[in-house]
Amino acid sequence: MSGIPHDHYEPKTGAEKWLHRRLPIVSLAYDTLMIPTPKNLNWMWIWGIVLVFCLVLQIITGIILAMHYTPHVDLAFASVEHIMRNVNGGWAIRYIHMNGASLFFVAVYLHIFRGLYYGSYKAPREITWIIGMLIYLAMMGTAFMGYVLPWGQMSFWGATVITGLFGAIPLVGESIQSWLLGGPAVGNATLNRFLSLHYLLPFVILGLVIVHVWAFHTTGNNNPTGVEVRRTSRKEADADTLPFWPYFVIKDLFALVVILVVFFAIVGFMPNYLGHPDNYIEANPLVTPAHIVPEWYFLPFYAILRAFDGDVWVVIVANFITGGIIDAKFFGVLAMFGAIVVLALVPWLDTSSVRSGRYRPMFKWWFWVFVVNFFVLMWAGAMPAEGIYPYIALIGSAYWFAYFLVILPLLGLIERPTVPPATIEDDFKEHYGKDDGDHGGITATSPSPAE
Amino acid sequence: MLRKLAISTIAAATLTLSSGMAIAAGGGGHVTDYTFPFEGPFGRFDQAQLQRGLQVYTQVCAACHGLQYVPIRTLSDEGGLGYSEEEVRAYIDQNFIEVYDAELQDWRPATPNDNFPVNDGAGAPDLSLMAKGRAGFHGPYGLGLNQLFRGIGGPEYIASVLTHYTGEELEQYGAFLYGNETFEGGWIAMAPPLYEGAVEYSDGTPATEEQMAVDVAAFLTWTAEPHLMARKQMGFTAIIILGILSVLLYLTNKRLWAPVKSRAKGEQPAE
Repeated sequence: MSGIPHDHYEPKTGAEKWLHRRLPIVSLAYDTLMIPTPKNLNWMWIWGIVLVFCLVLQIITGIILAMHYTPHVDLAFASVEHIMRNVNGGWAIRYIHMNGASLFFVAVYLHIFRGLYYGSYKAPREITWIIGMLIYLAMMGTAFMGYVLPWGQMSFWGATVITGLFGAIPLVGESIQSWLLGGPAVGNATLNRFLSLHYLLPFVILGLVIVHVWAFHTTGNNNPTGVEVRRTSRKEADADTLPFWPYFVIKDLFALVVILVVFFAIVGFMPNYLGHPDNYIEANPLVTPAHIVPEWYFLPFYAILRAFDGDVWVVIVANFITGGIIDAKFFGVLAMFGAIVVLALVPWLDTSSVRSGRYRPMFKWWFWVFVVNFFVLMWAGAMPAEGIYPYIALIGSAYWFAYFLVILPLLGLIERPTVPPATIEDDFKEHYGKDDGDHGGITATSPSPAE
Repeated sequence: MLRKLAISTIAAATLTLSSGMAIAAGGGGHVTDYTFPFEGPFGRFDQAQLQRGLQVYTQVCAACHGLQYVPIRTLSDEGGLGYSEEEVRAYIDQNFIEVYDAELQDWRPATPNDNFPVNDGAGAPDLSLMAKGRAGFHGPYGLGLNQLFRGIGGPEYIASVLTHYTGEELEQYGAFLYGNETFEGGWIAMAPPLYEGAVEYSDGTPATEEQMAVDVAAFLTWTAEPHLMARKQMGFTAIIILGILSVLLYLTNKRLWAPVKSRAKGEQPAE
């Protein structure tokens, strides 16, 4: 795979040859595990393994939870308490599953930001990027439906608000909403189908992950320089790459274990920090919580959703042009989904010929503003939609769209990039060759440390 | 390399921590930051305090509030109140605890395997999860930092509600509301439940209002999170094992990459 010259599996014994002729599964595993990997990958390339770990962790803990959970509006909340109190180790499984979702999203956001900074989405890796975006969408759907299952107040009202978004679609909205909910409001039918889909989607994600890995094994990994691995000869390829096993497996495992130390500190000492206290109150359709907030990983998009109210001129113009079909509510929904669409289309919006942000002096600034803006939106999404917060959310949303639709297309035309190293080998030597220490500290020529 | 990893980890941590802002919304009145023995990574339940809290719950709160998710037998669990099974049975008998049996369609004396009875006659909320269902601390500015350093503050909130009545009363639609500095909105439907000497502690602790409030808040933390001590134990075990594993993996990784990196140093390209 990947067109990079490397070792291939040679069946040696009779049994191996027998199997290989019928099913080249060992060969497939060998090529997957031994894929030539750019040797200059930095620590932002560890999140893929963390994400695979998260998916497996969530599937295993989730299957166990499903054995003890009851999807019925009268029993769901009590069954979660049953898990927390009576099931052996149930509290641990549930807290790991609950916080595992947060770890999953921390990892996926860092993974996406890494891709955005180093231009991992650019040709020929557009398909990898698109599959990744589909995984991200499926993750959001899964996480949203999973949050409904404990049937607490935020579960119920979160589900009511989010499914209400579909109701904002003109003409067919209400029918779609009832179809999703299985009735006029969030109820038993909703809970049942959400459990069913919450159980199904992780396996869809698993399938997409396999295609995601397949896609980037076909093109080869990107790397911090964005320079392609030399494929012209075996010698040059070997100078640029190292096999995934053992070099990157051990490196990634080390990073994973360090991350798990933090993860278990959260599970052990503050498992409810990332949740909302209201979700320990059983769902009550007659009592609306003072502030309905989604889980933290949805907050930036929630801020974008709420930013476009009826006072914003684009909304007024859209409303006028479409003769009232696009009202403020529907505009907000379009903006929220649009925010993800522009993210998915970034391979075609970024016009720069240089892949890595390391060699793009102007892009760097816009990128870091984008990252800060992400946190500002997250914060604005958590605050009540009153006072100054809607304005902050509006500015943040405007920057989100400007980044993808204006800044990235223009930067490619006006920016003068610096020259990347000719080969990955040069970059690696630059990095480790000059340093006195044997562990390769950061040299003066290396880029900003957060990479 | 370590430095870069540290930076990535910090980036991850920042992303996680900033998410505490999800809890930012809502706000309440005054909450006193009472000290509880179960706070912090090393915190443990104080068995005597939980037993006193059970006494307050049984003699005061249980008149209006239920604990419907808490099995009575768990009073004899380790890492909790630590009563013997005989003591649990004696507790049921002495307090005439009855549960509604759907099969008998009648009330009958509880057994240890029953949960504490539901009690919604007076419209009072169930207390099983009260300590996790309320936040005592918020902000600042929606950043979630107060909860990070001081805890979410459920037990502090409970103790504060019980001790911060203003003494004012308000009649509204024929019902009385009582002024409370902690409760959101400032008026609570619950009459001040505690007064000096409301219970006589069997361990001889003087039953001041604050003592009872803090004790029952501790007890309700146990009802909300009965496996709190096992959870912290798991946290430590996991951190120690993973910590050792991370050192071993670090050394393995360093050794694995050493020849690759020294080769890069040896074959310095002409500059």
